[in-house]
Amino acid sequence: MRRAFETALVVATGLALAFLLLPILALFVRISPRELLEALWSDVALDALWVSLKTGLIAHFFVLLVGTPAAYFLATKRFRGRGVLITLVELPLVLPPAVAGIALLALFSRRGLLGQELDAFGIQIPLTQTAVVLAVTFVAAPFYVRQAIASFETVDRTLIEASRTLGASPARTFWRVAVPLSATGLGAGSALAWARGTGEFGATIMFAGSLQGVTQTMPLAIYAQLDLEPDIAIAIGALLVLVSLTVLLSVKLLPSWTRFTSVSYITSARSASS
Amino acid sequence: MDALYVSLVHHLRSFRLELALEVGRETVALVGPSGAGKTSVLRAIAGLLRPERGRVALDGEAWFDSEAGVDLPPERRSVGLVFQEYALFPHMTVAENVAYAGPRRVDELLELLGIAPLRHARPGELSGGERQRVAVARALARDPAVLLMDEPLAALDAHTRARVRAELGDLLGRLGLPTLLVTHDFQDAAALADRVGVLVDGSIVQEGTAPELVASPTSPFVADFTGGNLLRGTARPGASGLTEVDLEDGSRIFSTDRLEGHVGAVVYPWEVAVAREAPTDSAQNHVTGPIVSLVPIANRVRVRVGPLTAEITAASADRLRLRQGEPVVASFKATGTRLVPL
Repeated sequence: MRRAFETALVVATGLALAFLLLPILALFVRISPRELLEALWSDVALDALWVSLKTGLIAHFFVLLVGTPAAYFLATKRFRGRGVLITLVELPLVLPPAVAGIALLALFSRRGLLGQELDAFGIQIPLTQTAVVLAVTFVAAPFYVRQAIASFETVDRTLIEASRTLGASPARTFWRVAVPLSATGLGAGSALAWARGTGEFGATIMFAGSLQGVTQTMPLAIYAQLDLEPDIAIAIGALLVLVSLTVLLSVKLLPSWTRFTSVSYITSARSASS
Repeated sequence: MDALYVSLVHHLRSFRLELALEVGRETVALVGPSGAGKTSVLRAIAGLLRPERGRVALDGEAWFDSEAGVDLPPERRSVGLVFQEYALFPHMTVAENVAYAGPRRVDELLELLGIAPLRHARPGELSGGERQRVAVARALARDPAVLLMDEPLAALDAHTRARVRAELGDLLGRLGLPTLLVTHDFQDAAALADRVGVLVDGSIVQEGTAPELVASPTSPFVADFTGGNLLRGTARPGASGLTEVDLEDGSRIFSTDRLEGHVGAVVYPWEVAVAREAPTDSAQNHVTGPIVSLVPIANRVRVRVGPLTAEITAASADRLRLRQGEPVVASFKATGTRLVPL
């Protein structure tokens, strides 16, 4: 009886792994490495890589620039409605990408909520690279902000207070104490947001379109090349697998690189003094 | 003359913190049980807690004044606060921790605290005593006008504690800063402070030098806290000017203090003698009973007899061949028996 159960567990694990890994493996055995590199050297792939990298970096810059202080505020201040705000920040995490796309259109299109005002200044956002940046930021930011809030919350409050009594302003305390002690979590959140942003498809294709060299990011290029040149689609797909794997490994390995998180320090201090 | 003035009213969970105190160029200890509001007083002075009402001022400069609407942030109050668990920054070295508060005096302070060889170590690699010294050095690096210490010795093991206590006492004497420390340990307060205030449920119930508190505790709590035995009973005037106290167990003792009604008789362990048979001196108080416990402490032995704890030298414990369970007589003088109202 016990034997049968153990066997069932092993079979289930084998099935799960096969189902999750075989498609990815198939991507790499469809074409030879040489063909893969050649396909990546095509104009379409290089353009997509360039658009993805550029929009991704700009979006990520804004995610970190605005997300970090916002997360710090939400993590450290106690006020009415804080829980509601945090939940709202997380909403895009569960929102279907198509809804994100139509929502961005509802705000920025010419007939949208802000569209007319922007139009008056001669600014049109849909179908531009700016639209790609906005779409990527919209779907990726919550991954970072959520993780950053959790990281800032684990920083020992006493260390923040100690910093203040040592003469440091709230801003200096943020830079010299809160951010370094949250670095592991901020790094993990940053990597996850980057991965989500790189893979963004639905909101981008609706809001920014798929114009090669302008708004066609790597996932959009895969879709566009599927019927034209499948090898290019597969090559870009393989490249994205490598990018994703790098992100995953960095998130897994990050905690062992940064040893001085406040949490582990407190446990070691307690055990040393007891 | 730099002096810190504090008066504050603040509601804590189950009681009201209400006190006033002044700290000149001296060390004042606030002692009391856990949860008496001691830490809240330090936090209010440092600006980490905003009291409902009150005033915190250094000489003429108000840091907090609820009536004038003054409430300076912590970084603008000239305090050095040593936290109970020291709150060293784990991602900085010892030197960086100290330099964080003030880069000018790092070398001098590391030298003063005897931690110069540890300057490149991180807090995680230090022992409890070393951490404590880094915390003190860091608190001083800001050149504070006032030093605040929250249970400065509580995080240390018993072995380290005695040594650090002596070093800290020496250092505080040399600094000559107005210092307010809080502790739940009367011994620490007695060793470090010029004056001691006993804080119970948010109020200072007695204030004085440590010897004064030991000599004349005004409440059972202070008596118990300073290490005395407390025997409950009923007092009335007796023969030859002595006060008779009938204890709850039916026995009778005498005191030179004049008090009537429900009282606590306070006897310090070092004023209790232990013998095999009752001494003939009639002025003495006696408690007879078996030895409940014998605990050696260095060259002394604490002997528990009935409700009393006596502290005698190890030599006399040997001479009397004391063993647990054997009947003995614990005796103490009427002059060494203080009475406090209950």
